[in-house]
Amino acid sequence: MQTIRKHETYWHKNLIVTGVLLLIWFVVTFVVPFYARELNGIVIFGFPLGFYMGAQGSLLVYVAIIWYYARYMNNLDAEYGHHDDEEEAG
Amino acid sequence: MSNDLSNRLRSYYLAYTGGFIVLILVLALLERQGMPPRWIGYAFLFFTIMIYAAIGIMSRTSNVSEYYVAGRRVPAVFNGMATGADWMSAASFIGLAGTLYLSGYQGLAYVMGWTGGYVLVALLLAPYLRKFGQYTIPDFLAARYGGNAARLVGVFAVVLASFVYVVAQIYGVGLIASRFVGLQFEIGVFLGLAGILVCSFLGGMRAVTWTQVAQYVILIVAYITPVAMLSVKVTNVPIPQIVYGEVLERLRVLETQVFHSPAEESARQLYRERAEALAERIQALPESLVEEKQRLSTQINERKLDSSASMREIVALERQRRELPGNAEEAKSKWGEARKAALERASVPNPHAEAFPGKSEEARNAARINFLTLIFCLMVGTAALPHILMRYYTTPTVREARSSVFWSLFFILALYLTAPAYAVFAKYEIYLHLVNSEIARLPGWIAAWGKLGLVSIEDINRDGLLQLAELTLNPDVIVLATPEIAGLPYVISGLVAAGALSAALSTADGLLLTITGALSHDVYYKIIRPQASTQWRLVISKSLLLVVAVLAAMVAAQKPATILSMVAWAFSIAGAAFFPALVLGIFWKRANKQGAVAGMLAGLLVTLYYMVRVQFDSIAWLGLHGIGMEPWLDIQSTSAGIWGVPVGFVVIIVVSLLTPPPPAKTQELIERLRYPVH
Repeated sequence: MQTIRKHETYWHKNLIVTGVLLLIWFVVTFVVPFYARELNGIVIFGFPLGFYMGAQGSLLVYVAIIWYYARYMNNLDAEYGHHDDEEEAG
Repeated sequence: MSNDLSNRLRSYYLAYTGGFIVLILVLALLERQGMPPRWIGYAFLFFTIMIYAAIGIMSRTSNVSEYYVAGRRVPAVFNGMATGADWMSAASFIGLAGTLYLSGYQGLAYVMGWTGGYVLVALLLAPYLRKFGQYTIPDFLAARYGGNAARLVGVFAVVLASFVYVVAQIYGVGLIASRFVGLQFEIGVFLGLAGILVCSFLGGMRAVTWTQVAQYVILIVAYITPVAMLSVKVTNVPIPQIVYGEVLERLRVLETQVFHSPAEESARQLYRERAEALAERIQALPESLVEEKQRLSTQINERKLDSSASMREIVALERQRRELPGNAEEAKSKWGEARKAALERASVPNPHAEAFPGKSEEARNAARINFLTLIFCLMVGTAALPHILMRYYTTPTVREARSSVFWSLFFILALYLTAPAYAVFAKYEIYLHLVNSEIARLPGWIAAWGKLGLVSIEDINRDGLLQLAELTLNPDVIVLATPEIAGLPYVISGLVAAGALSAALSTADGLLLTITGALSHDVYYKIIRPQASTQWRLVISKSLLLVVAVLAAMVAAQKPATILSMVAWAFSIAGAAFFPALVLGIFWKRANKQGAVAGMLAGLLVTLYYMVRVQFDSIAWLGLHGIGMEPWLDIQSTSAGIWGVPVGFVVIIVVSLLTPPPPAKTQELIERLRYPVH
C-alpha cells in the first residue's frame, strides 16, 4: 500500500513539473512569436527582440527546460528509492 | 563500468579530433604550396569517408542487440552527439542558412521548429520509451496496444516518412558530389549511396552510432569555421553568434540604401514590364506562340542572308526557337513560371529582421499563421520521428536517456544558434561588396556556382552594374559558397563539403537503419516468422538495407522536389501518425487498440490527402489530373500535419471511449512505465 501511495505521489509530481514546463514551452513557442512584430520595436545589442527570441532566445529556453527536467526527475528518482542500474533486460 | 567506457571514448574521440585538425592544417599548407583545389576537395572527401568506413568495419557485429540498439551501451554525452549528427541533415547544414538568407524572420520557423520539438521528446516520450526497452517504435505500439494492427500501421508510417526523408538526404549527397568532385549528379548519388552503406551495413546501429559521433565533430567544425573567420573579418570578434546583432544593424542601414536606389527601382520596373508582357502573351495563346515562332524564323532568315551577321547570333536565335514550348499547354506553364519569377524580382525585398512581412493586414496575418502552424508541425514531427526516438533506446538507463535528450539539444544548438548568424553575415557581405559592383569583374564563385544553376545574373537595365534585383541565388548556395564569398582559402570550402557530406551521411544512415528495422524486425521477425534464428534475422536486415538504399538512390536521382519540402513532408507524416498514439499511449490508460489504429490511420490519411492535393495538380504516373486544391486558411502543404495531428487525437479519444478499455495486463504495463523500476 505504501508503495502505491509513493508511486502516486511520484507520478503526481512528474505530471506537475511536466505541465509547468510545457506551459513555458507553449508561451515561448506560440505566444511570443505571435507578437513578434510588436516586439521587434525593442532593440538589444542590435537585435530586434522578436527576431532575437526566434533566433536565440527561445532556443536557450528550450535547452534550459530540458536540463531542468532531467535534473529534477533524476533527483526524484533517487528520492523515491529507485535506482535503475539494475534495470530490465532488453 | 560505464565511466570506464566513457573515459575510453573520450580519449579516442579527442585523438580523432586532433587528427582531423592536423589534416586541415596539412591541406592548408599544401594549398599554399600550390596544390590544385580539386585535389584538396578530393582529399577531404576521401579521408573522411575512409575514417567512417574504418569505424564501420571496426564496429561490425552479429549480435541482434548490437545491430538494433548498439547494445544499449552508449553513454549520454556521446548519444547526444550521435543524435545531433543524426538530426542535422543536409537540410540543416546546407538549406537552413540559405532559407534564412532568403526569408529572414520567416525562416526562423525552421530554427524554432527543429529545436523546440526536443522539449516534447524530453518531457513526453524519451524516458518512457527507454523504460519500455524494446527495439523499435512499432514494437512499442504493439506492446502498448496489443495485436498486430497497430504495429503494421506503425510500420507503414515509419517506412513512408523515413523513405521520403532519406531520399532528400541522398539528393543532398548527389548535390555535394557533383559540385566538389565534379561528377555528374546521378553518379554522385550512387557514390553517396556507397558512402552510406559502408558505414551501416556491417555494424548496424552500433557502427552508425560511433560513425555519427565522428561525423558530428566534422560537421560542427566545418559549419562554424567559415562563419567564425568571416566574423573576424567583419567585426574582429570570432564568435559570430554574439556579434551578429551588430552586423544586423549595419545590414539594416545597407538595406534601406540598396532597396530604394534609383538603379534598383529601374531594374524592378523592367522586371514588372517583362511580367506584364508575359501575361499578355499568355492571354493571347495559342496565336502568340505561333507569332513568336514566326518572329524568330524571320530574324534567323534575315541574318542568314546578311553577310555581316555573326554565326553566334544565328546559333543563339536558333536555340531560342528550338526551346520554344511545343504547344499552348506547355507555353502556359512555362511562361506562367517565367512571369512569376519576373514578378518576384520586381517586388521590393523584405528587410531581413521584419516579422510577418506583407503589403496588407491580411497578407501579414497569413504570414503569421503559416509561421505558427509550420512551427507546430515541425515540433510535433520532431517528437514523432522514429529515427530520433529510437536513439533513446540505445542509452544504458532511463536517467541517461533523460540526460541524453539534454545533450542532443545542446549539440544541436551549436549549429542552430550559428545558422541565423551565417545568413546575416553572408547577406552583409553580398550587399556590401557584390551589389553595385561591375558585372564584368564579378568574383569567380558566381560563374562556378552558376554552372550548377544555383546562381544567375541578368543585366536587365544594361548599366554594367549588378543590382540586387538582377541577382538570383538558390538558397543552397549560401553555405556552400560562403567561404568563397568571404575570400577564404579553398581549404575551408573543402572542409565545408566534408561537413555537408557528414551531415547527409549521418542522417541517411539513421533513417536507413530505421526503415530496415521496421521491415526486418517488426514485419519479418515479429509477424511473419517469430521462430527465425538470430543469424537469419541479421541476414534479412542487411539485405533489406541494401535494397531500400538502392531504391532511395533511384528516386533521389529523379530530383523530385527541394530538399526542404521533402523533409517537411516527412515531418508532417510522422507527426500525424505517431504523436497522438504515443503520447496518449503513455499518459492515458484508457487509450485502446481500436482507438490507436483508427487515430493513426485517420491522422495519416488526412495529412496525405491535404499534402497531395495542395502540392500537386496532377500525378502523371497514377493517371490523376486536376486534383489541385486551394490551401485551407492559406496553410501550405508543408504544414499538412496541422490538420492530421488534432484529427489523430480526437479520433483516438472518441474511438477508445466507444470501445472496451484495454486489458488489465496492458494497464499494468502502463503503470510500470510511469513508475521507475524498483
